[in-house]
Amino acid sequence: MARLIKIQTDALAPWQEIVDFQKENFEGHADFGATATFVGTMRDLNEGDEVLEMTLEHYPAMTSKQLEAIVDKACAKWPVIHTLLIHRVGEIRPADPIVLVAVWSAHRAAAFDASRFLMEALKHQAPFWKKEGLASGGSRWVDKNTAGKAD
Amino acid sequence: MQTVKILYFASLRELIGVAETSFDLTSETDAASLWQLLNPTINLPESSLVAINQSYASMDSMISAGDEVAFFPPVTGG
Repeated sequence: MARLIKIQTDALAPWQEIVDFQKENFEGHADFGATATFVGTMRDLNEGDEVLEMTLEHYPAMTSKQLEAIVDKACAKWPVIHTLLIHRVGEIRPADPIVLVAVWSAHRAAAFDASRFLMEALKHQAPFWKKEGLASGGSRWVDKNTAGKAD
Repeated sequence: MQTVKILYFASLRELIGVAETSFDLTSETDAASLWQLLNPTINLPESSLVAINQSYASMDSMISAGDEVAFFPPVTGG
C-alpha cells in the first residue's frame, strides 16, 4: 500500500503527480481495477467578485496530523490500495490546481467513496485558510467553504 | 514550567496582530479564559475554533502546561 501526503508551495501538476506516484510505487501492478481522482482548481470568481490571486495559509504541524488521520480513516473504512493527497499553500492564481486526491482500489465503489470522503474531510478538518485578492482592490478571508454534499 | 504556547492563524492572527506568543499558567484555565487573559479587549469571534496540541478541542477544554493552543477561524482549504 502506497500513501503520499504532500503540502507544497510549488506549482501543482496533478496529472504528472499521478503518473509519477504510480510509476514509483506500483508500476505494473494489476491488483487495482479502479482509480478515482479529484482536482480542485482556483476559480477567478467568488461570491460575484473577480479574484486575481489567493494566499493559502496553513498550520503545518496540525495539517500533517489531520491529513494523516483522514487518510487512516479512509483506509479503515474502505478497501483502498493506494492514496495520494497533495495540497498547495502560498500564492495561488486562477486556473492553478490547489488540491489533488487520488485513490486506487480493486473496484470503483471504494475508489469513488473514499476519494469523496477524503475531499470532504479535508475541507472540513484540515487547517487551511484562503485569502483572496480582488480585482476591485483589497483582500478578504474566505469565511467558509461551500457545501460539498448534494443531499 | 507552566508555559503554554499560543498560535493565531488567518483572520485571528490579523485581528490580534501576532502569530505566536506564550503564557505562564498560574491557575486552571480553559481555552476561552486563556483568550480573555491574553486579549482582554478583543472578543473572540463566535465562529472561532481552537486546537490543543494540533487536535480540535472546545473553548471549555482545559489547558495544561506545555500545551500548544491554536485559535483560528473556520477552515477553508481544498
